[in-house]
Amino acid sequence: MTAQLAAYSTSTGEAFQFWVLGTVAVIGALCTVFMKKAVHSALCLAGTMIILAVFYLANGAYFLGIVQIVVYTGAIMMLFLFVVMLVGVTAADSLKETIKGQRWLALLCGLGFGILLIAGIGNASLTEFNGLGQANANGNVEGLAALIFTKYVFAFELTGALLITAAVGAMVLTHRERTERAKTQRELAEQRVREGKHVPPLPAPGVYARHNAVDIAGLLPDGTPSDLTVSKTLRDRGQIRDVSTEALQDLKALEQRAEDRLERSNSGGANSGGSNSGKGSK
Amino acid sequence: MNPVNYLYLAALLFTIGATGVLIRRNAIVVFMCVELMLNACNLAFVAFSRMHGNLDGQIIAFFTMVVAAAEVVVGLAIIVSVFRARHSASVDDASLMKL
Amino acid sequence: MENLIALLVAAPLLGAAVLLCGGRRLDAVGHWIGTALAALSFVFGVILFADMLGKDPEHRTLMQHLFSWIPVEGFQADVAFQLDQLSMTFVLLITGVGSLIHVYSIGYMEHDERRRRFFGYLNLFLAAMLLLVLADNYLLLYVGWEGVGLASYLLIGFWQHKPSAATAAKKAFLVNRVGDMGLSIAIMLMFTTFGTFAFGPVLEATGDTSEGKLTAIGLMLLLAACGKSAQVPLQSWLGDAMEGPTPVSALIHAATMVTAGVYLIVRSADIFNAAPDAQLVVTVVGAVTLLFGAIVGCAKDDIKKALAGSTMSQIGYMVLAAGLGPIGYAFAIMHLVTHGFFKAGLFLGAGSVMHGMNDEVDMRKYGGLRKYMPVTFVTFGLGYLAIIGFPGLSGFFSKDKIIEAAFAKGGTEGWILGGCALLGAAITAFYMTRVMLMTFFGEKRWQPDEHGHEPHPHESPKVMTIPMIVLAFGSVFAGAFFGIGERFVKWLEPVTGFEHGHPPISALTVTLSTVAVMVLGVGLAYVQYGRRPVPVVAPRGSLLTRAARRDLLQDDFNHVVLVRGGEHLTRSLVYVDHTLVDGVVNGTAATMGGLSGRLRRLQNGFARSYAVSMFGGAAVLIAATLLMRAV
Repeated sequence: MTAQLAAYSTSTGEAFQFWVLGTVAVIGALCTVFMKKAVHSALCLAGTMIILAVFYLANGAYFLGIVQIVVYTGAIMMLFLFVVMLVGVTAADSLKETIKGQRWLALLCGLGFGILLIAGIGNASLTEFNGLGQANANGNVEGLAALIFTKYVFAFELTGALLITAAVGAMVLTHRERTERAKTQRELAEQRVREGKHVPPLPAPGVYARHNAVDIAGLLPDGTPSDLTVSKTLRDRGQIRDVSTEALQDLKALEQRAEDRLERSNSGGANSGGSNSGKGSK
Repeated sequence: MNPVNYLYLAALLFTIGATGVLIRRNAIVVFMCVELMLNACNLAFVAFSRMHGNLDGQIIAFFTMVVAAAEVVVGLAIIVSVFRARHSASVDDASLMKL
Repeated sequence: MENLIALLVAAPLLGAAVLLCGGRRLDAVGHWIGTALAALSFVFGVILFADMLGKDPEHRTLMQHLFSWIPVEGFQADVAFQLDQLSMTFVLLITGVGSLIHVYSIGYMEHDERRRRFFGYLNLFLAAMLLLVLADNYLLLYVGWEGVGLASYLLIGFWQHKPSAATAAKKAFLVNRVGDMGLSIAIMLMFTTFGTFAFGPVLEATGDTSEGKLTAIGLMLLLAACGKSAQVPLQSWLGDAMEGPTPVSALIHAATMVTAGVYLIVRSADIFNAAPDAQLVVTVVGAVTLLFGAIVGCAKDDIKKALAGSTMSQIGYMVLAAGLGPIGYAFAIMHLVTHGFFKAGLFLGAGSVMHGMNDEVDMRKYGGLRKYMPVTFVTFGLGYLAIIGFPGLSGFFSKDKIIEAAFAKGGTEGWILGGCALLGAAITAFYMTRVMLMTFFGEKRWQPDEHGHEPHPHESPKVMTIPMIVLAFGSVFAGAFFGIGERFVKWLEPVTGFEHGHPPISALTVTLSTVAVMVLGVGLAYVQYGRRPVPVVAPRGSLLTRAARRDLLQDDFNHVVLVRGGEHLTRSLVYVDHTLVDGVVNGTAATMGGLSGRLRRLQNGFARSYAVSMFGGAAVLIAATLLMRAV
């Protein structure tokens, strides 16, 4: 990956690197497409991008290689992951196709397109091969800077404007303006009393809960789960795990065992035994 | 090795990305595939830059990255707001583009 | 002097505008305004005539360019006038006879509450006709031509409360449209052939144009002339046009309208001279019409319709003469002028008779009227003698020349045409004698009408008789004035050209035989109607008579061939429209609808499906690019 290499020809080392990393990149790309979970796709894509960064470096685009790692893999992919988390990591896509014929058409088009593209490249007369030795003589970054601030300065400025616009646009899209004053705690309490709903505080998580995970609803005294015990975010996402049937069964088993023990020793605490046996059944 | 191989790789990655756009339903994954396509193009530009011996190809790739960054910001914002409204990130759910 | 030409047209046009826009407040003086402006136009005509006489015969043409109507590159339509000897003749005839008819109408229409409007229409008629004969190009002539059609429509249907009058007006207008079509096609042909439609350039260019084109133009012009001049096959409107007031009939038949066709043919002489086939058709049309009209005239009991048949026949003579070429043009116009005098006189006389007979038109209910209306009798009688060609009167000079020219056509055609013309002369004498005898001689046959009013035949007022007397003078002396020394021929020669015809038999023989057949016709009529009393109810008559009473089945022919044919054509077209056209249209629509329904499925709203089509399109583009490069 020396300047000389990048300048004129490809060495055996580069060929080796190309075949190995290229294979990995293609596999990464395929994984991006075919992984069920968005997180996995994102990770595969990040890997492919890092490999591409290596290829940039190999091709003498040192600046771009670094930018690829810092901006793409570092910032953009993190943004992706952030959104994936926001939307829900667990929500795995089913890969079952819902549009009739879409998959076949897509594969056919992809195949035809790829073949045509590759045929086109093979057909093109790409014998000229100058290398970047001369262009990178004063350093790659300096060369790029010279071009950007002279020849492409107008496009550069426009791109700046575009970025500003994009940032503002993203803010507009995601930011929700509060249209009324936030209610104080006192007002909320008064409202609850007025409506007659949840006059006492909401049940705390863990009350009668058989598990201590935040997404498992606590149980009401009659054994039914109460969604109110789960955080609002999880409730909105529908990510509550209902273990009530399991819990009810556990309760029955507990009562059975308690009776057995009562008959046997006429002593012992049902309460403490319940929590133990609950853990045991899990 | 012939540097044209980089072009073949770019074509392959582009096709894979395009096919991914067509078959995935999760908007985020679709977006990732678009990014893959953009990256494939960048690779081609860089390879061309090397072949022609000037830095214009790299400049184009640089601009592509900047524009892609802007696009990702807006696109993800759109996905987030669509998700908020519809509780789904599937592109098929937003099939209102018909009579 | 040229500036007077526009005033010729402007005077009656002004009259029409004033009378038609002036409203009721002009009712009291309207007829005087109309008559005065018609007479003013005549005065202008006379001034111009006097001026023209003072000039060298070859340089008498006056041109007046008024303004450019449509000044477009390659399409120059000017409003410009041309006054030469031919136009001058017509101007004097139109304004002179027209003015007399105006005067007559003052008396005839006295009791009509719409008299002002009537005079407005009369003025419009004169203006249109003057525009027609004064135009220096075919397009402006067409304007006048249509104006004449409009005015005739308004006047024939003047008594529009009578359904028959309204229908007759419509019929005249519709039949005229057919002819107008011919004229417009002729003008278009001229424009494509010569690039202009001014008389001068068109007629000069005829020498360098193929005969086929000229024949086509000529035939189209003939179609136009047939429409306006009521020649076979477009003759059917003329008889019905008698529904109009009698002065209108006089105007249409003597001074305007029907003469327009003859004018058109004579004006386009150069075109017809260069297209012998078209000329032959003209002569055939003329010969057929002169016999047709004469036969119809024999059978009609309605005095005006009998005269209408006679007009048709006499115009047939003119068209025949016009078709003969330079040997006939001058005689056609000469007959037109003399005919203008005696036919106007005859119609005004008929109007006078009707005026005295409570508007009765059936000649079988006249009889012996010479005692009751002597002036009418004398003027009508002079007109009668003129039309049958009594030696010395005007009809004799003009008609005899036409028959002579017909023989001079030469060959078999000449004999046939001449024979037709001679036969026509005999029949003319027959039917005119019949009209004369039934109206003025014999027993009185009138009876009280259904309201019990006995007609009281009486002479018409002076305002009506004086025009008749003037016209009678014209009927008597015009022919001799024009004919002796070939004065009229020399007058027209610079415009129409003239050749002496050489009939296979001597001119004297022709004249003698004309007189002989005339006497024969009169004699036959006398035997039929003079010696025997005329039955009040028409006898059944022979097949020919019955056919002639129905205008030789012209309307039946039109009905069967045109109306029925048109209906069948329409029905079949409707059928074709419903099955074929609608089938194709609906089929296309259904196919498109079906295809769209299929195509609609492509638009399923899924962004990914659209992406597939984009991607496929990109693949196709690459394929096309590669293919192009490979080629």
